[in-house]
Formats: sequence, structure tokens, C-alpha cells
Amino acid sequence: MLKKTLIPAIALASAAASTSQAQADELTISCGAVGAELALCEEGVEDWEAKTGHSVNIVSTPNSSTERLSLYQQILSAQSSDIDVMQIDVVWPGLLANHLLDLREALGEDVAAGHFETIVANNTVDERLVAMPWFTDAGVLYYRKDLLEQHGVEAPETWEEMTAIAKEIQAAERAAGNDKMWGYVFQGRAYEGLTCNALEWVASHGGGTLVDANGEITIDNAQAAEALDLAASWIGDISPAGALNYTEEEARGVFQSGNAVFMRNWPYAWSLAQSEDSDVAGKVGVVKLPHGADGASAAGSGGEAQSAATLGGWNLAVSKYTESPEVAADLVAFLTGEAEQKRRAIEGAYNPTIASLYQDEEVLAAVPFFGTLYDTFTNAVARPSAPTGDNYGRVSNSFFNATHSVLSGDMTGAEAVSQLDSELSRIKRRRW
Amino acid sequence: MSTSATDSAPQPGRTSKAGYRGTKVRRQRVRAAWLFLAPMLVALALVAGWPLLRTFYLSLTDASLSDTAGAAFIGIENYLVFDDGAWYGLLTDPVWWQSVWNTLYFSVVSVSLEVVFGIIVALLLNAEFKGRMLVRAAVLIPWAIPTIVSAKMWAWMLNDQFGIINHLLMTLGLIDAPLAWTADADLSMWAVIMVDVWKTIPFVALLVLAALQMLPKDCYEAAEVDGIHPVKVFFRVTLPLITPALLVAVIFRLLDALRVFDVIYVLTSNSTNTMTMSIYARQQLVEFQDVGYGSAASTMLFLIIALAVVIYLYLGRRQLGVDE
Repeated sequence: MLKKTLIPAIALASAAASTSQAQADELTISCGAVGAELALCEEGVEDWEAKTGHSVNIVSTPNSSTERLSLYQQILSAQSSDIDVMQIDVVWPGLLANHLLDLREALGEDVAAGHFETIVANNTVDERLVAMPWFTDAGVLYYRKDLLEQHGVEAPETWEEMTAIAKEIQAAERAAGNDKMWGYVFQGRAYEGLTCNALEWVASHGGGTLVDANGEITIDNAQAAEALDLAASWIGDISPAGALNYTEEEARGVFQSGNAVFMRNWPYAWSLAQSEDSDVAGKVGVVKLPHGADGASAAGSGGEAQSAATLGGWNLAVSKYTESPEVAADLVAFLTGEAEQKRRAIEGAYNPTIASLYQDEEVLAAVPFFGTLYDTFTNAVARPSAPTGDNYGRVSNSFFNATHSVLSGDMTGAEAVSQLDSELSRIKRRRW
Repeated sequence: MSTSATDSAPQPGRTSKAGYRGTKVRRQRVRAAWLFLAPMLVALALVAGWPLLRTFYLSLTDASLSDTAGAAFIGIENYLVFDDGAWYGLLTDPVWWQSVWNTLYFSVVSVSLEVVFGIIVALLLNAEFKGRMLVRAAVLIPWAIPTIVSAKMWAWMLNDQFGIINHLLMTLGLIDAPLAWTADADLSMWAVIMVDVWKTIPFVALLVLAALQMLPKDCYEAAEVDGIHPVKVFFRVTLPLITPALLVAVIFRLLDALRVFDVIYVLTSNSTNTMTMSIYARQQLVEFQDVGYGSAASTMLFLIIALAVVIYLYLGRRQLGVDE
């Protein structure tokens, strides 16, 4: 009896499914899962589903951007339609452009109007807009307001000041019984995040940006070596040795459980640090990253020592191999639109890519440092992905591995930058 | 493979019978044997031979993952090339040699430890006690969990700030400060080896246990009557008798260890301290999109494993006395 009723039911259901498929498409989007990203992405997607009647599956991807890129490259080089909409890093448009749809063609010429020009330019490859800016990022320094006040110090301007403050507070806190306290946590694992951190140290010491805009290798200089040596001195002193294997989320874990004075991270960590289950809610301040000392080193050849934040940020792109390009492009337009970016800024502290949102009162109320650090976000230092082109992956890999060996004490900064210089020349001579 | 060898080779008992070699029956049997083997040989050629040859061919090209069709033949440049006054290529890459060394080190140390602990566990499980079946099943659990899952589990347990391992060691007073197991250059290789040993002891133990159960009881009874010390009995009787099973266990583990990837990738990612040949090859192939160079690394990986196995089999045969 059961069979008799089941079969027509199944037939009916599949008929219904096939007719509804004619109008409603099923898309797949990959968005990050760092911090509150996944929840925000789900909410945004649900709004779009309700509005359009299409359905969207969310695939979660590895947190490490190095691994995420590998995954995308495999999917795209197989010309697979498994993922229609991809969240791609600000350094990838050049690498992936051949596999991505031109969004100007799909959404109209002025689709990117109002977004930061630099990011739009970054995402435009051969006059094709291959990705829409979703949020921008730049490294910032989180600090424990309560602890700094308690010790009567201001947020640091230079790395040396930061080191001294971190050391002092760490010692005092440990003496007071909190023996898990550390001075500074950052992203020290051998992956793209370390490239971002190391670039900030080097650039803020006046050591340049690894490879300059003309493709010349500039890393072998005294300031860069000094910057790396300084960072190496933190390990085991003000930073746990485990930081050598930390990505964003591990660093946030330590800071948010109240066990670190300073943390280098992206703005996303703000709303999580302020959330109800955070041990440091209400005790956190955010300033721009420190810079090298203004003394002797800055007078050297490389340039001025001033605060530098690595430009990060993520974009949404549509795969060329998608079966429903128009619907997918519409989803991208919705998610990168002003309303959605505002929501993400307020709820998740993700930096909008639309300039006008930085004057929005609701946004500023939720994330006060967006206003004061506006210059940091707009003048962030780009990783050398444009001049190195297809080889950016290799260049970044050599850089974070060299940095990692300085941090783990296998090499001095000077040895590392000179070795890195010859390694990069090798890559350059053979392939870029 | 071994079936075909024994089938086609003249069998000692039968060759003595005059004229058997050329008989119709014999030829039919050989033909039938090949017929039955054919599907397997075809399958092997397709799933093992073809990819291997293709990898070997790709290693002689400058293929890239984003464009495998447009590869140009460049000879052995991926391996070694003299260019502009300096040598380049895989064989001159210090990171490659570092990963070869890491792989060998990891394989020798972890397989040795696994064999020692595997035998101990097997001897324990071989003893008669209540609830033995339950313990035997329980011991298998590490082997049953997928490596990727157990490695992630260990990654959390080994975490320097909130990992249970550091917590336990601190509580016991063995260390004063938490250790960065997976980040510290001196510790990470040992952490990886520890996790691998934990996972594969059951495998070795199971093979040894099977061998132990087949041992003749009378040897032990005789030894007991003669009052020989159990340790001496183990080294003089048990160990020689279970050697064939041990050799099988070791070759399986050695093959696995030489191409180890997942446990290390999850625990320490691309860190050069623990990078193995497989991780190096993957990095070139996937991260750098360099199919040509990555294939060269894969080919070398294949050759090194083959060499290790040949050496091992040669030594194993001598030890077993199968030579005659």
C-alpha cells in the first residue's frame, strides 16, 4: 500500500521540482568562514533568495587563503561548474582572470561606480571587470585599552614602543597570576597571512615592498633585515612560540580569551571581540599599526619609516563555466551592493568598498575606528601581485618561508633577505 | 603479479615429468592464466601505468596547470639545467633535498617506532585475559579514524595555548611553559612522528598478532620445561618466527611513510621543517601551477620510493634466507 501511494507522490514531487527549476536557478557560492563571515554570507544569500526565488548553496572553503587559491585553481582549470560565485582575494584577479566572467558585460558599465577606484582598477584585467569589490581590508593593531590605561601608557607609535609596552604589561600580568598572558600575537604560520605581516614590518621600517612597481627586487636592504630581526626577537619573548603556526583565527583566539595585550589582525576581529561571549568586550582599542623607529635606520636608503598596513580584501567573481551567468552576476551585484555592505559593516566590521559608507552614522556607531583609520584603509600597501603576475604565488611563498625561518631562528634577517633576493632573481630570470 | 610468475615458471615438481613442458594441456593452462590475468593487467595499465608514464612525460615539459595543452618539450631542464653560469632545476633545489631528508628521517624513525610498539601491543593482546576481544577492537580505533580527521584532532590537542597535551604535561609538572608542538622547528617533526606512530601501531600490531596466533605451542612448552627465560624465548623463538609477518608490515608501512602527506599537511602545512617529498610535489603542482616541475618532483619521488623498496626487499630476502 505504501508503495502505491509513494510512487505517484515521488512522480509528482519530481515533476514539481522540474517545473520550478525552469524558473528558479540553483547557484553555488563559496564564501569564507573566517570569524562571522559564513553567518553573514548566509544571511545575505537568504535575503537574495527571498527576493528572487532562486536557491543558493554555500560551500565553505579553507580558512587559509593559500589553500583556498589552490582549491579554486583546481576547480577552474578543470572548467568545472561546481562553484558559480567565488569569493576571491585582492591579489588573485590577475591569476584567475581567464576563468572569470566580465561583470561589466553582465551588469552594465557603471556597476562599480562608487566603489574605491583602486580596488576596481585592481580587479580590472585587460579592461574586463573580473570581480566586484566586496570588502576591503588592512592590517590594524588591536590593544587592550584597560591594560594600557592601568599602566598609564598610550597606544604605541613605533614597533619598539609596542615591544616595550608589551613586555612590561606581560610581566606585570604574569606576576599578578595570569601566567597565560602574552604581549603580542600575529599571524606567523608559513602562509599568505605571514606575507601580509612581514610586508607591514618591512614597509614600515622603510624597507620597501619586496618587489617594486617596475618588477625590480628591492628586498635585500638593511631596513628589511632589521624589521625581520625585530619580529624574530618577539618569538618566545612577547609572542608565544606557537605564533609560528597561527593564522588569523588562532591569533584571535588568544586575544579574545584575554591572553594578549596586542594583536595584529584585520578589522573583522572587532565585532567578534566586542560580542557577548568575548572575554575582552568593551576593553579593546584599535589603532593603525606601528612603524619603525625614526632614528638612524629610517635615514637609510629605503625610504621613510611610517606606518604601513597591507592591503587585503575580498571580491566576488563569477566563474566563466557557470550554467547561469546572469543569475550569478545578479547575486554578486546584490551582495556587493550598498545595503548589503552596510549590513556587513555594522554586524561584522567588514570594511565597505563604497566610500560613502565611511560617513554613514550607523556604520561609525558600530565600528568607531572606521572613521579615524579611513586613511589607513585607503592608503594600504599592496602586495606585489601586479608586477610579479603569474608568479605572485611563488614570490609570496619564498617571502613567507624566508620570514618564517627568521622567526624560527634558523637565519638572521640579513641572511634571509640576501637569500631571498637570489631566490627571487631566480624566479624572475626563469619566469617573470 | 606473483600468480603470473609462478604459473609461467616451470614448477619444480612437474618439470621432472618428461615432455610436460610442451604439451597441449600446458599451453592451454598458460593461455587461460593470461586470459584471467588480462582484465587486471589492463586495469593496472590504465590506472597505474598510464598516469606514471604521463607524469614522466610531463616532467620533461614546461606544462602549467592553467594550460596543460600548450606545454613545450624542454628535456631535463626541470631536473637540471646550466643557465647563465649557475645550475638550476629540481636537483639543485635545497628545499627539495631538505624534503627528501625529512621524508627518509620520518620514514625510518616512525616505522621503527611502530614496529617496536606494534610488537609490544601484539604481545599484550596475545595474552589470555578477560575482555580481550573488547581491547582488541578498541586498539583498532586509531587505525579506523581517517588520517585527516585524527590529524586535525591532534592539531587541537597539540595547540600551544589551549591544547590538552600541554595542559596535561603542565599539570604533571613535566614542563613549565606550554610547548609549541607544531610550530617549534625542533619539535614539529617529533610531533608529526608521534601522531603517525599513534595511528599506525594498530596496523602493525594486528599483523604481528595474526602471526603470533599461528605459532606452534610446543616450542613454548619445551622452553618452559627447560626453564628458559621468557626474554630469551622471545628473541630466540618468537621473533624469528614472526619475522615474515613483520617484514610484510614494514614494507606496507614504509611505502605509506615514504609518500606521507595528509598527517603532515594538516599538522604543519607547508613548513620546510617537516616538508616531505609529496608535500613539495603538491606545492609545485597545485600552489605554483607548475605541472612540469611538479611532475619532475613526483617522478623523483617515485624513483626514490622504488629504490628504497628494492633495497629493503634485497636486505629482507637475505635475512629470510629465501635466496636459495
